[in-house]
Amino acid sequence: MKFGKTASIFFIFITLVYFLTGIGAKSQKIVRLAGSTAFLPFAEKLAEHYMKTNKDITVDVQGGGSAVGIMVATEGIVDIGMADMLSLPKETDSLEKVVVARDGIAIIVNLGNPLTNLTLNDLTQVFSGKVKEWKEIGVNLSGQIRVISREEGSGTRKSFDQLILKSARLTTDAMFQDSNGTIREAVKSDPNSIGYISIGFLDSTVKAISVNGIVASNENVILDTYKISRPVYFLFKQNPTPETKNFIQFILGKEAQKIIAADGLIPVVKI
Amino acid sequence: MNPKLTQKIAKSLLCGAVLLTSVVLFFIIFYILYHGLSNVNWNFLTGNVEDLGKKGGIFPTIVSTIYLTALSVLIAAPLGIGTALYLTCYTEENLFTKIVRFGTDCLAAIPSIIFGLFGFMLFVIYLRLSWSILSGALTLASMMLPTIIRTTEEAIRAVPSSYMDVNYALGGTKLQGIVKIILPKALPGILTGVILSMGRAVSETAALIFTAGMSLRVPVSMFASGRSMAVHFYSLAREGISLTNAFATASVLMITVLIINIVSYLIMHLFLRKYI
Amino acid sequence: MKYYKEIIIEKCIKLVAMSTISILILIIFFIFRQGVPFLVKYGLPNFILGQKWLPQENIFGILPMIIGSLWVTIGALIIGVPIGVACAIYLVEFSGKHTKLFFKPAIELLAGIPSVVYGFIGIMVLAPFIRSNFGGSGLSVLTASIVLGIMILPTIVSISIDALSTVPLSYKEGSIAMGATNWQTIVMVLLPAARSGILAGVILGMGRAIGETMAVIMVTGNSLKIPSSALDSTRTMTSNIALEMGYALGDHRAALFATAVILFIFILLLNIITMTVIKSKKTR
Repeated sequence: MKFGKTASIFFIFITLVYFLTGIGAKSQKIVRLAGSTAFLPFAEKLAEHYMKTNKDITVDVQGGGSAVGIMVATEGIVDIGMADMLSLPKETDSLEKVVVARDGIAIIVNLGNPLTNLTLNDLTQVFSGKVKEWKEIGVNLSGQIRVISREEGSGTRKSFDQLILKSARLTTDAMFQDSNGTIREAVKSDPNSIGYISIGFLDSTVKAISVNGIVASNENVILDTYKISRPVYFLFKQNPTPETKNFIQFILGKEAQKIIAADGLIPVVKI
Repeated sequence: MNPKLTQKIAKSLLCGAVLLTSVVLFFIIFYILYHGLSNVNWNFLTGNVEDLGKKGGIFPTIVSTIYLTALSVLIAAPLGIGTALYLTCYTEENLFTKIVRFGTDCLAAIPSIIFGLFGFMLFVIYLRLSWSILSGALTLASMMLPTIIRTTEEAIRAVPSSYMDVNYALGGTKLQGIVKIILPKALPGILTGVILSMGRAVSETAALIFTAGMSLRVPVSMFASGRSMAVHFYSLAREGISLTNAFATASVLMITVLIINIVSYLIMHLFLRKYI
Repeated sequence: MKYYKEIIIEKCIKLVAMSTISILILIIFFIFRQGVPFLVKYGLPNFILGQKWLPQENIFGILPMIIGSLWVTIGALIIGVPIGVACAIYLVEFSGKHTKLFFKPAIELLAGIPSVVYGFIGIMVLAPFIRSNFGGSGLSVLTASIVLGIMILPTIVSISIDALSTVPLSYKEGSIAMGATNWQTIVMVLLPAARSGILAGVILGMGRAIGETMAVIMVTGNSLKIPSSALDSTRTMTSNIALEMGYALGDHRAALFATAVILFIFILLLNIITMTVIKSKKTR
């Protein structure tokens, strides 16, 4: 009786220690991904597909944002970090990088907005706050322009800054949302707003406008006529585990790239 | 002005405040249930999340929620009840109890986002638990502690001290008195506290996004990531993935919260009356 | 043998009793370790008085967020305190047993509703209403104030009820005996006597409003400008952390932890004030 009690207390203690140090954390064959929220839905779908044919491996996909992706990949918390930036920061120097897809950025307005096209110059003026009213750029809509942006540091935002704002700064009147989906929701509900999201997130609830007369579509990004796009990187440590290597090979394979293309991203391999 | 008239006006204004509060509460409940309940069915509750929640059900998020809640209660309850026992039975008021009380009060006041950052830095990064049910549960447990400590302390203090005197008079030790008399008498109160803190675990979002992660699969172990119902609802509603599913998830969430509150209310009123 | 067991258990329980304080120390350690070096490097005054937040140019000023947090909190208090205290007075002084039996659990339920649900109601119902009736984008200080005002009601109501019901009955009887009406008694005797308790509730509610994250992110629009009217969008300290954490590296990341440090100090101060308020009530 006494012995049983001591043993059970000992057992509980050991399990606690075991939990707290997380010795068992890596015992299963898990490929962990984390990072870019823009690529998250696609990664999730690809993981599902991969696991159908590789039943012994779990692919765990997290969001968190490009920066978190870079950080946890560097720390070795995940196997693969996902980042969607035009230029990668110096924190990634020690990591292997591979481009798995490209992604166009579409400028979106509310469905009730008559606007269909803007020049690149107009866009810079609007997003930097030099133009404040819709009337000033010839749009028949009363009221102020409400700019909705991603927050600083986001991959989409960084690419947008480099491609559209260039040396100008985003207007201080801008409102911020923290993912493609939330910007789409905000633009959907506010008739005076303008924002930008990844082309893969476009749907019928908002209207994408052309830039310099060129429609925001994947075809035009591939033809390089629509200039606003950025790459999606997978970042991983040198000498990855066989499972990780295998998953990356799968992502770069024809089958996975087809899925990527079907869902609105631009494949990096000819399919 | 006539004092009687003032009284009447004041009373109706006060009554108005009570009515307003009740209306707000019922509006929130009905708004969510009205829009969501029609889409809650067996397939929704037991189906896998498909296409990030656009289609399919919420089964994995229910499992994750239960997993997170159970594990965090398992961690927090012994710590909380032990602390309360120490404060009530094992010591006089001194500097140490003051420090413990201060710690409890501070912990209760800390915003969940700070718990999130802390859990992320300690459990996810430093202890290398990654985003997992365990990281989430440990973070939740830290958040629940104050509630459990306070309610347990109250419940134990409500047990008349004469009971303990009888215990000593009959030759029982302190430990026997606590285990055989105080804890059973205080159990309904302790249970209420534990159930209320479960409510907190079910409705937490900010801290869990940072610690338990967003994985949409059924967590295979406590080292796997899992998305709780509240986090799933947040993502559905905010990213506009599917409004119908968002409302349906919110309905399930609200019903869970309702049940938790009703159960704790019943325990409180049925048992406590009888015991004290 | 028995004696040893008691001692061991007592020592274990004492160890357990240290859990809250050790968690608090761990939180302080992990948050401050990231944030404080940055505060020292960047300069505390520059950080909390800086008006611009431009992480890419290494400019980190959180004054707009501090002001945003304060506005939203004050708005929540303006809405939550009168309603909450009124509810408490009615329940303690005027209501019958049935109202109380219904209302107390209702208030507890209000406290149990997840904050994301409040935020959701905020964007689905309140924001469109404010946009079409008052103008602006609907995501504003006003919207956040109303949402937070409702969220802090339970705290204020339950603590005010406690404070009002602990006022000795003799106070009230004395006043009524002098010919005062119920209402006069409440205003002149009960409220002053319960003042410090109600104040403690208000400060706790304030803490909850400052610390709320998810609901606030959803309804404020998160702009970086110092709001000039109640219909302007704003960003609070909490939403700043939650919004940018996923996208921050290096100094930017440290700056977010520094925001958490400032927030933590705010909350700690509020807590200490509450404790002194309650203590002064006890000694009086």
